[in-house]
Amino acid sequence: MLNVGKIEEGYVLDHIKAGKSFALYEHLQLDKLDYPVAIIKNAKSNKMGKKDILKIECDINSLDLDVLAVIDHNITVNIIKDGVIVDKKELTLPKQIRNVIHCHNPRCITSIEQELPHIFVLADEEKQIYRCKYCEEKYSESSQRK
Amino acid sequence: MRHLMSPLDFTTEELEKLFDLANDIERHPAKYAHACEGKILATCFYEPSTRTRLSFESAMTRLGGRVIGFSDAASSSASKGESVSDTIRVISCYADICAMRHFKEGAPMVAAEKAGIPVINAGDGGHQHPTQTLTDLLTIRTMKGRLSDFTVGLCGDLKFGRTVHSLINALVRYEGIHFIFISPEELRVPDYITEMLRSKNIPYEEVIRLEDVMPKLDLLYMTRVQRERFFNEEDYIRLKDFYILDRYKMTLAKKDMLVLHPLPRVNEISVEVDNDPRAAYFKQAQYGVYVRMALILTLLEITVE
Repeated sequence: MLNVGKIEEGYVLDHIKAGKSFALYEHLQLDKLDYPVAIIKNAKSNKMGKKDILKIECDINSLDLDVLAVIDHNITVNIIKDGVIVDKKELTLPKQIRNVIHCHNPRCITSIEQELPHIFVLADEEKQIYRCKYCEEKYSESSQRK
Repeated sequence: MRHLMSPLDFTTEELEKLFDLANDIERHPAKYAHACEGKILATCFYEPSTRTRLSFESAMTRLGGRVIGFSDAASSSASKGESVSDTIRVISCYADICAMRHFKEGAPMVAAEKAGIPVINAGDGGHQHPTQTLTDLLTIRTMKGRLSDFTVGLCGDLKFGRTVHSLINALVRYEGIHFIFISPEELRVPDYITEMLRSKNIPYEEVIRLEDVMPKLDLLYMTRVQRERFFNEEDYIRLKDFYILDRYKMTLAKKDMLVLHPLPRVNEISVEVDNDPRAAYFKQAQYGVYVRMALILTLLEITVE
């Protein structure tokens, strides 16, 4: 097993679906921030077989992690302070997300209107369904790959 | 300031008030003939639609107001690449209220976000057509005296038909509604609708043959199979004449069943049915004007004593 050093303060995002860590890295816009980040791909997992892990050394109030719930609600968020886990954050689904996921419905106004943000609204909390604010197209992971 | 994007934007109580107003307009048209004097309706139609546009124009004219607008995208500044946001900002300087039809879903909502005037969604692609739903509800309420306790048959293109989806969503808010969906396999009602009905414990059946269910129906809503919703011409040709409501099928129906259709009809209702007292589709077009008059007055917050 690969060893990556401990972090003093920040987050360890565990149980990320194998191969999804780069997508999370992008969604959290870590490429634009100056934080030390370790991306561990395909780590062994008893629960999942394989998983990804992200370790981010940063101020624990500096990132909005709820957006991750939209991408993968099974992620475990460990909050680290003074080198130890002090809390596990439960991800809550945001009521509305802006410019995180995109509407791929070719009939939607977002496909032609300049500068229009892609806004998705939580339509069904229980089933974790988001719909485009404008055309009500359901968000699905597969539609994002198009 | 309010807009109308979906028929669900109004509560059932607000709809009752709107329909009462529409019925009063029907009974006392002279009382409302000058209600919108000095007001201007802009009809911004990026997609051709004779019926809906003329219905709005008729409504505003009957209220004493005036109408400006365009009837297809080619004759608007959209052809020069102007965004909906910019267009509506300009239109807000020229008119007091706007009815917008657009081929892109959600375009009227973008307009409503930027407009300084009330915006009515007059149809956005295959998404919503709320004034058609208000028309359907007003027709049913006026001719049947209620909006609850019906077995409602919806027949034809239940997959792409936005009027059908909107009507189902609007009717589920009333008690005692039982739906019967009559369509070929390829044009079945979308899963999200049946999921919604199951979650609310609203009974529904899906059948292919219209004849089998005719005797059960209190309302029959026929729809046209629309060529513009198909990517494949062969599929359209195969399905377009799947259902034809004719005099024989009407003999199987209840004596007081109503036949509704958003129009235009092509072949799905034989002209021999037009004179049947149960054929309500042309009256529906008339109620469409009354409900749009009531809607314009409501959104402009004009009251007539």
